[in-house]
Amino acid sequence: MGKTWNNRAWFMVLPVLIIVALNAIVPLMTVVNYSVQDTFGDNVFFFEGARWFREVMSSERFLSSLGRQFTFTAIILAIEIPLGVAVALAMPRRGFWASVCLVLMALPLLIPWNVVGAMWNIFALPDIGLLGYTINHMGIDYNFTNQPISAWVTVVLMDVWHWTSLVVLLAYAGLQSIDDAYYQAAHIDGASRWSVFRYIQLPKMKHVLTIAFLLRFMDSFMIFTEPFVLTGGGPGNTTTFLSIDLVKAALGEFNLGSAAAMSIIYFLMTLLVCWLFYTYTMKGEQK
Amino acid sequence: MTRFRWLVPTLYILFLMLPIYGLLAMSFKTTNEILGGFSLFPQVFTVDSYVKILTDSTWYSGYINSIIYVVVNTLVSVLFALPAAYAFSRYRFLGDKHLFFWLLTNRMAPPAVFALPFLQLYSAMGLFDTHVAVALSHCLFNIPLAVWILEGFMSGVPKQIDETAYIDGYSFPKFFTRIFMPLIASGIGVTAFFCFMFSWVELLLAKTLTSVAAKPIAAVMTRTASTSGYELGLLAAAGVLTIIPGAIVIYFVRNYIAKGFALGRV
Amino acid sequence: MARISLEHIRHAYLPHPVDDADYALKEVHLDWDDGGAYALLGPSGCGKTTLLNIVSGLLVPSHGRILFDGQDVTGLSTEKRNIAQVFQFPVVYDTMTVFDNLAFPLRNRDVAEAEVKRRVAETIEMLDLGAWANRKARGLTADQQQKISLGRGMVRNDVNAILFDEPLTVIDPHMKWQLRSQLKLLHKQFAHTMVYVTHDQTEALTFADKVVVMYEGEVVQVGTPEELFERPSHTFVGYFIGSPGMNLLPVRLEGTTAHLDGHAVALPDAVAVPQDARVELGIRPEYVTFDPAGLPVTVQKVEDIGREKIARVRLDAHDIAVVLDEGAEVPADPRIRLDPAAINIYANDWRVDWGI
Repeated sequence: MGKTWNNRAWFMVLPVLIIVALNAIVPLMTVVNYSVQDTFGDNVFFFEGARWFREVMSSERFLSSLGRQFTFTAIILAIEIPLGVAVALAMPRRGFWASVCLVLMALPLLIPWNVVGAMWNIFALPDIGLLGYTINHMGIDYNFTNQPISAWVTVVLMDVWHWTSLVVLLAYAGLQSIDDAYYQAAHIDGASRWSVFRYIQLPKMKHVLTIAFLLRFMDSFMIFTEPFVLTGGGPGNTTTFLSIDLVKAALGEFNLGSAAAMSIIYFLMTLLVCWLFYTYTMKGEQK
Repeated sequence: MTRFRWLVPTLYILFLMLPIYGLLAMSFKTTNEILGGFSLFPQVFTVDSYVKILTDSTWYSGYINSIIYVVVNTLVSVLFALPAAYAFSRYRFLGDKHLFFWLLTNRMAPPAVFALPFLQLYSAMGLFDTHVAVALSHCLFNIPLAVWILEGFMSGVPKQIDETAYIDGYSFPKFFTRIFMPLIASGIGVTAFFCFMFSWVELLLAKTLTSVAAKPIAAVMTRTASTSGYELGLLAAAGVLTIIPGAIVIYFVRNYIAKGFALGRV
Repeated sequence: MARISLEHIRHAYLPHPVDDADYALKEVHLDWDDGGAYALLGPSGCGKTTLLNIVSGLLVPSHGRILFDGQDVTGLSTEKRNIAQVFQFPVVYDTMTVFDNLAFPLRNRDVAEAEVKRRVAETIEMLDLGAWANRKARGLTADQQQKISLGRGMVRNDVNAILFDEPLTVIDPHMKWQLRSQLKLLHKQFAHTMVYVTHDQTEALTFADKVVVMYEGEVVQVGTPEELFERPSHTFVGYFIGSPGMNLLPVRLEGTTAHLDGHAVALPDAVAVPQDARVELGIRPEYVTFDPAGLPVTVQKVEDIGREKIARVRLDAHDIAVVLDEGAEVPADPRIRLDPAAINIYANDWRVDWGI
């Protein structure tokens, strides 16, 4: 790739290294510390080895929130990726209306996450919210505060509302990189609409769609604020995802050891995905 | 089929606008009207909620706090990331790939994992409840992101430009600020947009690291909601006001958004 | 294969064109014979790509009709016109193999698989792509990819015409030459009607039987390479073709004499020019010679360009280029002669025929 070998480049990276290390390594050490120790609350810690890990891995609570997490992530990916691609394909490719679409679609991405939660809370309130009122008036019994199904539908709908635009924008960026000549050539070759998608648009979007997929995968794994504000993890524990469970354990119950062990398991999972992500993007770059 | 293609984005945008409309409509209603039942339009149009937010210092100082730490974070992230991104895009050095990977992992670190350790770390440094603490903590995910985006844009600039400048007798700092930075200006703009965006929308860390002096608007909202009962009109108005800075920023970068999301690498 | 007629084609990209300046194509009216090799030559922005896209059906002209073998195809889509086009940058379907790329246009037209195999194998043979037939198209070099784009046109042996839009732009110089001769060969073998857009005169003159020179949205001349050289019908053609371009000198006419600031130049015949027209005398540098009986000039400089030399001389206030043989020297008292047989007279940039 024509880069020169220069170890002094380290000096240019150093400031970033220091500031990120401060934020990453010190807290991570703290978490690791907690995960292998126990305390009676008087700042006296003693070594516990892998006890927390064993406990967490076998606890029903952790496994069920992990299960909910995977279900949620699978559902939103299955909706957001195809929907995002469909919207991007149907969008005007340039001009005034393309700008209008981009600006309006990007809007949900810039709303603070708790406002997203609060907004959907208001929107979905069964008696006074636009959505809740309409659904109930259509004769469907809907109340996200006490029906698990309604709560799930609302949380999924909120995530689709919040993040599909990210997929749209990425897919749109991929489509923009296709030269007009490709469409013209396909036209001349007599290609059908489906062939154009399959052989021109999809290959060109593959790279950005992978980015979209992994970003959405990881971000949905971290999701906390929006469902916390909307449902508080309820009713019961039905919408308690990993992060919510973690914060409940750490800050709610001060169960630091198991919270820390959970954090580490959680972190290792994201690390794995991140590694896949990294090797993929690096491979894409070398072509 | 092609004739009705515009329907897809139109319906999608309509879906995006509905909750925002709900929020907007509610912010102009009186508390009585809100609690009295559903109405599509405000029956009694009132701007009381907005007046209250803009005159009560606990409310508007929340906005100021948020904007302060977001701007500080954006500046720090971009300034620190620039030389690092340059190093990654131009040189090979010992451990470069591992370092880049490690940086990226932090973009993907769940804030929930870090909330408590951060609280302890910044308290120990005596920075608890300051804007700097929030700005620095947001660097955890914003700096890796900034390095990543900028590296993408910088790799798009041919290396010959650097070499020509050195032959013409430019020193590195002069070359970097006079020639290189203008070349990747749009990349810097996109990066700043993303840093602004992620710092602006993040709440968990911002809330954990502050109590009074640097409390972000988002935290003011949640605390108000839980302490003073359900003042939904006020909450809605505060929410509407948090959308405005984002909308302004989007408008300015609308032509770069698509490219920025592709991280200059498509 | 077809004869292509363009009837009074005008095109504007703006929705409501007001005057000529709004038209990318001002008025094009010409015929391309079946099996001919044509080049569309002109500088960037002269409208040649617009014209090509109108022929292929990617654009519908604002005015005028296109006929293929006398049949109006103006309203037909590209697919129905049965045209092949090769673009400036190679367009290949990355994820397909070379074989599948070439088979794509046939399969889209529901050609039987056995027939597809036969024709693709033929095309691969013709283009010398045999070694890559089962490779993915993505890793190939630009010239191989451009061959694939060309092959997708060749594989349909019934195409009405093959259009080329500056197809050699991204090809290395030595491959350019090779691909161009291959194109020529294919044209001889299969006699497709070929239209080749370029801004490179060498490409145009070596490829085409007839060259269409375009300038600012108009066709200024259609002719063989020789006609373009000897009798440019517009000063732009004189200037654009040949290196260096044609010398143009403002003159006043009187019978069979042209007056050039007090110097008299003999003409082979008289010409009629409109009154008040801007009259110029054009002569190729190749036909200006040093002659002791000629017009006195001062030599500015002499450029040696290998097989010949170019002398830049001045006649009063006018610059004139003279082509000299490599061994020839500029005489001590330089005087030049303009070969009367090679002189063209231009009135308002358009060539005027001899005789009154």
